[in-house]
Amino acid sequence: MSSAATTAPSVDKVDGFSRKSVRKTRQRRAQSSSQFRSQDKPIELVQLPLLKDVSAQEQPELFLKKLQQCCTLFDFLDTLSDLKMKEYKRSTLNELVDYVTLSRGYLTEQTYPEVVKMVSYNIFRTLPPSDSNEFDPEEDEPTLEASWPHLQLIYEFFIRFLESQEFQPSVAKKYIDQKFVLQLLELFDSEDPRERDCLKTVLHRIYGKFLGLRAFIRKQINNIFLCFVYETEHFSGVAELLEILGSIINGFALPLKAEHKQFLVKVLLPLHSVKSLSLFHAQLAYCIVQFLEKDPTLTEPVIRGLLKFWPKTCSQKEVMFLGELEEILDVIEPTQFVKIQELLFKQIARCVSSPHFQVAERALYYWNNEYIMSLIEENSSVILPIMFASLYRISKEHWNPAISALIYNVLKAFMEMNSALFDELAANYKSDRQRERKKDKEREDLWRKLEDLELRRGIQNSDGVIPT
Amino acid sequence: MAGAEGDDSLYPIAVLIDELRNEDVQLRLNSIKKLSTIALALGVERTRTELLPFLTDTIYDEDEVLLALAEQLGSFTVLVGGPEFVHNLLPPLESLATVEETVVRDKAVESLRKISQEHSPVDLEVHFVPLVKRLASGDWFTSRTSACGLFSVCYPRVSSSVKADIRQHFRTLCSDDTPMVRRAAASKLGEFAKVLELDYVKSDIIPLFTALASDEQDSVRLLAVEAGVSIATLLPQEDLEALVMATLRQAAEDKSWRVRYMVADKFSELQKAVGPEITKTDLVPAFQNLLKDCEAEVRAAAANKVKVFCENLPEDSRETIIMTHILPCVKELVSDTNQHVKSALASVIMSLSTILGKDNTVEHLLPLFLVQLKDECPEVRLNIISNLDCVNEVIGIRQLSQSLLPAIVELAEDAKWRVRLAIIEYMPLLAGQLGVEFFDEKLNSLCMAWLIDHVFAIREAATCNLMKLVEKFGAVWAQNTIVPKVLGMANDSNYLHRMTTLFCINALSEVCGQEITTKHMLPVVLKMSTDQVANVRFNVARSLQKIGPVLDSSALQAEVKPVLEKLATDQDMDVKYFALEAISVLALA
Repeated sequence: MSSAATTAPSVDKVDGFSRKSVRKTRQRRAQSSSQFRSQDKPIELVQLPLLKDVSAQEQPELFLKKLQQCCTLFDFLDTLSDLKMKEYKRSTLNELVDYVTLSRGYLTEQTYPEVVKMVSYNIFRTLPPSDSNEFDPEEDEPTLEASWPHLQLIYEFFIRFLESQEFQPSVAKKYIDQKFVLQLLELFDSEDPRERDCLKTVLHRIYGKFLGLRAFIRKQINNIFLCFVYETEHFSGVAELLEILGSIINGFALPLKAEHKQFLVKVLLPLHSVKSLSLFHAQLAYCIVQFLEKDPTLTEPVIRGLLKFWPKTCSQKEVMFLGELEEILDVIEPTQFVKIQELLFKQIARCVSSPHFQVAERALYYWNNEYIMSLIEENSSVILPIMFASLYRISKEHWNPAISALIYNVLKAFMEMNSALFDELAANYKSDRQRERKKDKEREDLWRKLEDLELRRGIQNSDGVIPT
Repeated sequence: MAGAEGDDSLYPIAVLIDELRNEDVQLRLNSIKKLSTIALALGVERTRTELLPFLTDTIYDEDEVLLALAEQLGSFTVLVGGPEFVHNLLPPLESLATVEETVVRDKAVESLRKISQEHSPVDLEVHFVPLVKRLASGDWFTSRTSACGLFSVCYPRVSSSVKADIRQHFRTLCSDDTPMVRRAAASKLGEFAKVLELDYVKSDIIPLFTALASDEQDSVRLLAVEAGVSIATLLPQEDLEALVMATLRQAAEDKSWRVRYMVADKFSELQKAVGPEITKTDLVPAFQNLLKDCEAEVRAAAANKVKVFCENLPEDSRETIIMTHILPCVKELVSDTNQHVKSALASVIMSLSTILGKDNTVEHLLPLFLVQLKDECPEVRLNIISNLDCVNEVIGIRQLSQSLLPAIVELAEDAKWRVRLAIIEYMPLLAGQLGVEFFDEKLNSLCMAWLIDHVFAIREAATCNLMKLVEKFGAVWAQNTIVPKVLGMANDSNYLHRMTTLFCINALSEVCGQEITTKHMLPVVLKMSTDQVANVRFNVARSLQKIGPVLDSSALQAEVKPVLEKLATDQDMDVKYFALEAISVLALA
């Protein structure tokens, strides 16, 4: 074969269709919202005087005029059009930001609808299509919003407006209503992380100031998450929404309402099953732990939920689950631990014997956690029999020497905890395996008999239906 | 023999249930997949009284197990004693239809739909409809979502009072406050409309359609589009304008591109549903707008429909509409900024020539083909080339050949092997249309170059391509142009190229005939039996087996047999194996 080896074609350029190489050729795009159609005419805005240059009486009216001017939208994909007017709007927005921050007495009743209108005109838009089929949020650059130079200032202005001392939610609630919030939530799907960050602050302020909207906001976030988990698996702003929820959960009154518990079990736990978990896992785990710190009796349903969604094939996710579980165990009450320990350690036994060394390693690190160790020690008579077979088998078989070493330490710890039980399990190991094999064989026999029966029935039936 | 009702002593339900409860998911899954066997062992009586209640009670399990269960129960009617007892299957399926996981729920609904047909009208009203109503008023959205899919299967076979009740429940779901349920209702609206009496379609379905089509969420609105098409097919022509057109027009101009995309995607169906007059007055301008949409996704979807839309235009005005309204948009799409749009267009644009005839094609379409043949994106060029036959029928391919050649050459050398593979597949077609002279002069060298491509799939396709060319141009042509080159590769230093010679011979021997095979190919194959690479040697054995039927018996006995016998004693076991196989197939033993 030597002649072949030397002349064999090089493999590196064999397949030109791999995802990476296709991607490299694609230029990074900035994308604008879907609403801009090419405008034929250039846009003209009348230059207004600066607010500080007019008298105090004239300021409110000029402020309104400037708000109206800022409703004009520009096409940012066309980098050459309307340059002067784009710059004018930018400086006007800057001025408005300063004005709402520093001025007193500017917020009259008429101002509210105009502010909300201006903000709505600018931020509410249909988000453009994304390359969702191929888009890998962990590796790909996000598509950035082209109109950000203006959009950023709009968000800043709106946040300053909401935070202003003169801001009165009782007046604003006529304009910042359910429909407004719904559109705001839809924007969390924006691929631009800068925009999502601004939205997070905006939503947080609205949740804080508008008590009447709170239940509605929570319900709509529920819907977004459920749609994300069960329908699309695609939504850019999950992490941001979870971050807001983290602080919302923190503020829940005790005892927890049924609605909140349902949210935990039916919405937050299923979020663990999503493929892109890594993008929001930290925020999700934070929310879960918040719930458990509020109400320890939720520990059992939460751990059962995690076990239900435990990853079967994705080791990377499995490591995240183990991390979250350790966070939960860090705050678990011993009485709760006892309720769930058997199910839990059956899973940990499987993780410890995972052929993926990162999974095995992550699980074995639990034995370095003093609090977890103390829980295990208290319940060693239950946990040791569950863990023993896996540990014992893997201590001899695992391909990774680091894992073997960790296992050895764990076995040693168990031996010191409860040497009598340990010796008994070691002595019975062989006969237990034999019993298992016998059981397997019995199962095979049972199914063989059942299948024979099915065959016999089939023959009987086909005999039986012969027409006379 | 065991009794007809199962053998209690042999198969106590406890043992079977133990299997269904096994700690190992895989074993549980295996048992649930053999649920019919278990049911058979228990007999129909105990299946109804013991197994089904057990299944209903222990519905909490891994989704994978539940999915298998939901599927099994759909064909369980015989195992519970036939249609008369089929309603016994409803309780477990009802629970499955409420679980979280979509796949499980969908499967449960599918099974429920299936067994609904096995219910008698009375059972349907007594057992099935109440289940649908329970699901439709469930607390959690999952059960209400599942309910949406069950209305249409029970509606046709129940009394009119129950029908009124069913319509009422469906109405409620269409205005549910969770978007998930509204989406499910919108996606089943068309199906439900089909089983309703026409009067109720007008009085009930139309308002629901209008409401869903203006829902605040675009994901609901876009599903209403599809329903709109189904509804339009049901209505008499004179009612269309008043009842659905306003809503459909609004959908085509929706502010969300997803909705417009859906309209574009369903355009042919829509065209059929509304008929020629409305097509002329409404759909033509709507189609123009979609072809000019600001989102590439929408333009690409619309471009895909250009051919079908034009084909289905009313004959009396087809040509005028295309020339004055459609073609100007098409011309713009040829130089679109987005390659998906151009490539979608390239896959259908050629077929316009059949509709427009020779003169229009030469004057208006040909320039567009030529632009697309030079497009920077290989997919666009490929789509044009792959549809050449449409043009060939109308104007002949000669008009294009000057531009075709550079395009083909470039694709033949594309860095992506799938592109190369695609162009190879069109070679026989091109060769037939361009003629042997043009081929020899311009394309032959390409075809030979593919034989030494570094991707096996290309070499394989190139081999097959040669065979098709010989079928077209004949054995004499083969002998003069390709056989010498193919045989020359037998001496190549790369064993992969030497094997390619063998693969070519396998493909060519039959079409080239006995003479060429015996005289030119056989000696080369025999000589290669001493190759130092075992892979070449066992391929020699395989080639001999393949070309054996083409040779006469004296050549087989005198030349092939000794070589195969020698190979049968080779050190390499694969060589031996194939040599022995060839000896037995050729009956040389």
